[in-house]
Amino acid sequence: MSSIADWATPNPVTENRSGLIGKAVDRYEGPLKVTGTAPYAYEVEAPSPPVQGAIVTSAIARGRVAAIDTAEAEASPGVLLVWTHKTIPAQGARGARINPRSQRPSSPVMDSDEVRYFGETVAFVVADTLENARAAAALIKVTYDELWAVVDFPASLGLAENPPGEEDVRIGDFETAFAAAPVTLDETYTSPIQNHVQMEPCATTAWWDGDKVTVHTSIQMVKGGQHALAETLMIPSDDVHLLTRYIGGGFGGKGQSYDDLSLAALAARELKRPVKVAYTRQQMMLGTIHRPATIQRVRLGATPDGRLTAFALDGYTHCARDALFTEHFANFARSLYAAPNRLTGHKLVKMDLPGAGPMRAPGEASGMLSLEVAMDELAEKLGLDPIQLRLINEPERDPETGKPFSIRQLARCMNEGAQHFGWDRRNPKPGQVRDGRWWVGMGMAAAIRADYLLPAKAGARITADGTITLLQGMTDIGTGTYTILAQITAETLGVPLSQVRVEIGDSNLPPAPGSGGQFGASTAGSAALDAGMKLRVALAHLAVGDPNSPLYGASPDLVTFDDGKIRFGNQSEDLSTLVARAAPEGVYAEGSISPPADRRDVSLHTYGAHFAEVGVDMDTGEVRMRRMYGVFAAGRILNAKTAKSQITGGMIWGVGTALTETNSVDPRYGSLINQDVGGYLVPVHADIVDLDAVFLDEVDDKANPMGIKGVGELGISGAGAAIANAIYNACGVRLRDYPMTPDKVLAGLIAAGL
Amino acid sequence: MRPFTYERATDAASAVKAVSDNPNARFLAGGTNLLDLMKLEIEHPTHLVDVGRLPLAAIEETADGGLRIGAMATNSLVAADPRVRARYPVLAQAIIHGGSPQLRNKATVGGNLMQRTRCAYFYDTTKPCNKRQPGAGCSALEGLNRNAAILGASEHCIATNPSDMSVALTALGAGVEAMTATGAVRALTVADLHLAPGDTPHIETALSAGELITAVTLPPAPTGGQVYRKARDRASYAGGLAMVAVAGGQIALGGVAYKPWRALKAEAALAAGQTPAAAAEAELADARDSGRNAFKIALTTRLTVAAIAQAQGGKS
Repeated sequence: MSSIADWATPNPVTENRSGLIGKAVDRYEGPLKVTGTAPYAYEVEAPSPPVQGAIVTSAIARGRVAAIDTAEAEASPGVLLVWTHKTIPAQGARGARINPRSQRPSSPVMDSDEVRYFGETVAFVVADTLENARAAAALIKVTYDELWAVVDFPASLGLAENPPGEEDVRIGDFETAFAAAPVTLDETYTSPIQNHVQMEPCATTAWWDGDKVTVHTSIQMVKGGQHALAETLMIPSDDVHLLTRYIGGGFGGKGQSYDDLSLAALAARELKRPVKVAYTRQQMMLGTIHRPATIQRVRLGATPDGRLTAFALDGYTHCARDALFTEHFANFARSLYAAPNRLTGHKLVKMDLPGAGPMRAPGEASGMLSLEVAMDELAEKLGLDPIQLRLINEPERDPETGKPFSIRQLARCMNEGAQHFGWDRRNPKPGQVRDGRWWVGMGMAAAIRADYLLPAKAGARITADGTITLLQGMTDIGTGTYTILAQITAETLGVPLSQVRVEIGDSNLPPAPGSGGQFGASTAGSAALDAGMKLRVALAHLAVGDPNSPLYGASPDLVTFDDGKIRFGNQSEDLSTLVARAAPEGVYAEGSISPPADRRDVSLHTYGAHFAEVGVDMDTGEVRMRRMYGVFAAGRILNAKTAKSQITGGMIWGVGTALTETNSVDPRYGSLINQDVGGYLVPVHADIVDLDAVFLDEVDDKANPMGIKGVGELGISGAGAAIANAIYNACGVRLRDYPMTPDKVLAGLIAAGL
Repeated sequence: MRPFTYERATDAASAVKAVSDNPNARFLAGGTNLLDLMKLEIEHPTHLVDVGRLPLAAIEETADGGLRIGAMATNSLVAADPRVRARYPVLAQAIIHGGSPQLRNKATVGGNLMQRTRCAYFYDTTKPCNKRQPGAGCSALEGLNRNAAILGASEHCIATNPSDMSVALTALGAGVEAMTATGAVRALTVADLHLAPGDTPHIETALSAGELITAVTLPPAPTGGQVYRKARDRASYAGGLAMVAVAGGQIALGGVAYKPWRALKAEAALAAGQTPAAAAEAELADARDSGRNAFKIALTTRLTVAAIAQAQGGKS
């Protein structure tokens, strides 16, 4: 059996002889994207001109469709097809798996007259043009038998229960220790529903060839989408060819497929021609998953010198009634600070809302908003610097499991960040710094995010011209996956980047789990490294066994690869020469990664520290970020440019989380109120004036063969709390309800007589 | 979006005639608001008369020492005009505080005046709205009404006018020139353009069917400092929670009512020698909230005080 100890052995990525690993390589697909020539799912060229679908969604949160009048729509210009629950073709039963190996079950659309949330698909139109389809869709009249719905989260906490199979986690005796603690803090923090707001909506183009369907869709998990569609259509998964070459943002929201995929495939089969279906922005907001709201209680007990003796983070979140999901806002806290007596847990309210689901750093992104503000509050009570309080409570081993840390540089992140940011200039007393009409303050927060490694495969092929193609059923959701796979492959085979191609996003390719949980680079990259190593072995054997090769007769174990050449001692030849002569059809090898069991014996996380300076307008309570800086430790960095883009992107979402991003349910309708980006406010350029981040030098050889870790989700973890703490330091208003909009800040200013 | 026919107007008079003759026709200029509303099934015109290329984009000096701005001048053009920037800085500032550069490059002065509310319930056709469907009821009244009106609202509508530009125009005492169905041009003021919602919130302006705004006129700028302040949730490209334009002793508020709100009570208080705080409180004494927008009374008061003080040179 393999072991994490094997990963200490050098490999081409860790040796990095040509220096491609870590380099700020431009994006592999960048020119295609910036010239508008990367075909996204809605823009791929179909074998014949496609027709267009439009979806009609429910206007109630729970109940039944009593009647649908489609007569006007059917008579509308250009209409080819109108479907309701009464007329849509048969699909697999909801949740069914004909093939037990399917990663996702059937996800039928309009499979009954039941409405389960506001924004659920209730009718579907296909017409010759998008305009005609949408015009016809607007003519469909739906009447409902409405049922009482659970849609008001704060008013429904009485319905909360433990998530399935979960109990509160207790270490020691929290209650007794908290009661006895000389210094305590007990506060409640709330975070709202957030939407992913990917630039590209869910979209699919589908066509059939006999019994086989080809779908180009926008999804983070290739196999999950392929299997869900196969089960829905009740056909073998081999008859579904799913492609997702370019994805305009996922953030967890496209970890699953939506009705565009099923409807496009069903309609293309019915009409015998390609069909395109995309969600509108409003449908994205209403009908895809969201990050659920949370109500979190933090209780901290400490000695006067700042040692935590009692630690609790628990509270409430919500999910859809029949799509269980828990935003595990407390889990991260089990690995962050030392304290002998601990309590963490979650309570879940099942509601008649669209699905709650993963969004960038699920758990940490919500949970750090509470604990990292609570630590700031406790530091003030103790008269300690917030960094000092955290350093005092740095654990030697994982505080709950006792497992050793693979590597933990949190203290260094905080210390180096403080030095670079000028933390020593922070006045611990709030409201002391003025710049014109602005109060100015600084805040910091720690960052932690778990690191995962999943099983994956990859293929590598070299053709007679020397081109090496990395093949993998992986996705690039804008993170840089294409680019890092090219770097890993080039470094592994010792060829220049220009000699490497990357083909991903295709269900016919060796499977990888896709993008999510910041496991993508580690998982897909480790499999790509192994595929490259297997290709090296195949090429070595090819050369030493070929009488026409200068390497003929050499030991294959001693062959090296560099500069596009295969080499043994003084003898070498170009890879293209070797392959063209000895294997003109090319050489293909497959590799894989499978996490060894002993990887679970170490506590594996990425870490960081956020520093923020904000201004608070004395007149209006508006908060504007002035500076933000982060220091992160996330293993070896594969690409300085794409990694920084990921980490700063996460920080920017933290700014949005702290200041603007929220959606609310109008309980009278069970409907989210913000349905476009004019109402749901993400940060714009003017909000992000001065933001930077660095990575510490780090190698984590317990994480995977490359010593890398994920960076996609670390940047948002804790970022919003740093802003919240800076608001307090600026003006003395302590807010615990995100986002911290002018109305809330102003109320605090007025209450303080300011 | 429903199918519609389109014509490009060649002159103002024929454009006015085309829209006057057809109750389902609308003028199209920059299209930054109307096209969205059509795509969202809020407006259903069957015919569009494109007036965006009419030769009505000039900015000219007037005999009284003011400026006459053609209705088809883009927001960007007006904000960049050296005469506007020198003599009416509050107008240039207000425009720059609205939308995004892309929108300001397309949006016209006339269209900006005619833009409709951003009330979320107006935008969501599954919810009752008296503007969209007279008599249906107002969802915002007891809803998530954080950005609803605090002045001049009625029990039938608490929507606000979102324009930044109009707030400055109102403070400056700007006029509107409009061509009526007969081809005659009449004059009204920006302050009188929008009608109180009362029990007919779907009737939004004093313009008759087919009447076309052809120009905005600016009287000579009042003596004194000019300031535009806008409070909003993010630093750019966001509707205002409260806006204040000050031009000398003239003041207008934005984001608080169905129209840019000329603060005559505040002006009178200032003229009588009262403090900015007393002036702001005089204006907001009539303010009424609907729940979640209660903060806007304090916010608008504080912003007004700050803007007056800033215009008077008291603070930066």
